[in-house]
Amino acid sequence: MLIRHKSPLDIQPSEITSKSVYRDRRRFLATAAFAGIGATFAPLIGPASIALAAAGTKGRKLEGVIPGPFATDEDKTPYEDITAYNNFYEFGTGKTDPARKAHTLMPMPWKVKVDGAAGKPGVYDYDDLIRPHKLEERIYRMRCVEAWSMVVPWVGIPLADIIKRLEPAANAKFVAFETLVDPKQMPGQRFGALNWPYVEGLRMDEAMNPLTILAVGLYGEEMPNQNGAPIRLVVPWKYGFKSIKSIVRIQFVEEMPPTTWNMAAPREYGFYSNVNPTVNHPRWSQAKERRIGDFLKRKTLPFNGYAEQVADLYAGMDLSKFY
Amino acid sequence: MEKSTLSEAKGFFSGKSIRRMAKPAVFVLCLTPLAWLVWRGATGGLGANPIVAANQYLGDWALRFLLITLAVTPLRGLSGWNGVMRFRRMLGLYAFFYVCLHISGYIVLDQFFDWPAIWQDIIKRNYITVGMVSFTLLIPLALTSTNTMVKRLGGKRWIALHKLVYVIGVAACFHFYMMRKGVQWEPIIYGAVLAVLLGYRVAVWLKRKTKNTKGPSAAAA
Repeated sequence: MLIRHKSPLDIQPSEITSKSVYRDRRRFLATAAFAGIGATFAPLIGPASIALAAAGTKGRKLEGVIPGPFATDEDKTPYEDITAYNNFYEFGTGKTDPARKAHTLMPMPWKVKVDGAAGKPGVYDYDDLIRPHKLEERIYRMRCVEAWSMVVPWVGIPLADIIKRLEPAANAKFVAFETLVDPKQMPGQRFGALNWPYVEGLRMDEAMNPLTILAVGLYGEEMPNQNGAPIRLVVPWKYGFKSIKSIVRIQFVEEMPPTTWNMAAPREYGFYSNVNPTVNHPRWSQAKERRIGDFLKRKTLPFNGYAEQVADLYAGMDLSKFY
Repeated sequence: MEKSTLSEAKGFFSGKSIRRMAKPAVFVLCLTPLAWLVWRGATGGLGANPIVAANQYLGDWALRFLLITLAVTPLRGLSGWNGVMRFRRMLGLYAFFYVCLHISGYIVLDQFFDWPAIWQDIIKRNYITVGMVSFTLLIPLALTSTNTMVKRLGGKRWIALHKLVYVIGVAACFHFYMMRKGVQWEPIIYGAVLAVLLGYRVAVWLKRKTKNTKGPSAAAA
């Protein structure tokens, strides 16, 4: 894959305007749906409430975002789809649940606890953690284990930069992450669809890879709640569930940390969970994927097309065993 | 004059004409989920991943019709409303109809005739294996649903064959449960409804059995 360093002449996030057009179209149709069919079917009308919720939680524009490396020039998935089709079980197991219910999440103020083998442990305010760094736009492919994919223009910071500042000790071999637990803010946590808190982890070299970012926004705006506000991980060569949302804890540890989906179904989800078209998943063939908006499926690429950047990390490992 | 219009109105709402209208009304009613899907699909109301949304919707309705069909006999038993039996065949065939649409959606929209991938799915993805078993078992039931076939098979054999619907119901619920990730409410609710519907039959069977065993011994005493 070509690494395309963006020039200032390239399209800036703020120039992408298709969003509002999409939003209005959907809202019009949704209104018509309500009027025409009546309240009996109201719960089935996803997009209506989503359009309203999305309009309500429209994020502020992020200032000072510079174009980052590794940008794909594939068509970006519309904002409307990125923010209305989510897996975020903290708000329900349906794809449209997060967009409808995540308004209860309060992303500000936000604190992140840093502990474990860190030189600078402590409780960091969002600003303390994020402000010292320059925000970059990273346009990445996002491949869900359910065999669909998107192209998302994230805004974030290389995780490596933050890790360096936190000064992990030499014995810190892994980084463990944790999502907020608060059933008041996250109503899906009242039901045990998964064990809360949602936990994820990366090997230190994976965490330090330049592709890995902590994202704080998308499409040049603050992260919408349903996408994991205010801080989430993005690891584009792994299945989406590795990219943990609404992070409240970062821990440096010596042993491989437990991860939520692995605990829920060890046969289906491994610790590494690298995108791999040759390793079958018991539920989904991973050979192909449907890009949101496409009719026909496309072939899935090894490491989601980022082999050039990350294949070395797994040299000598049997990836059918370490899936 | 007034009297005659009154009686006409009475006649219109009398049991007879309602009974005449009931079947076509249920027939049309059963098509509304499909009409709703088509309408939503045409107006872009199926969300970001319309193919998956449509197919899950069809699967949901296939399972619902299967459970509704299985509810007919208990409903008669508990309410004494024998008339409800008239709808059972139609409801069962609607279950088959929605299953056919569900599978066509999978083959045409989801896989777009990628037969090797479909075959791999059937043999490797457990929930698809179970779903296909359920569908396959439903075919003979649909084929033997006509009056002629009932006569040709004979009542006893026909009833025995159609007991397959219990297996189909269990397989369909498992198919739904297995395809969902994590622990989710919906498949559990459908499974519980099925358990109640099958439990009713077990209860009836046990009652009959105890009656039969009690009968002779009581006579002997």
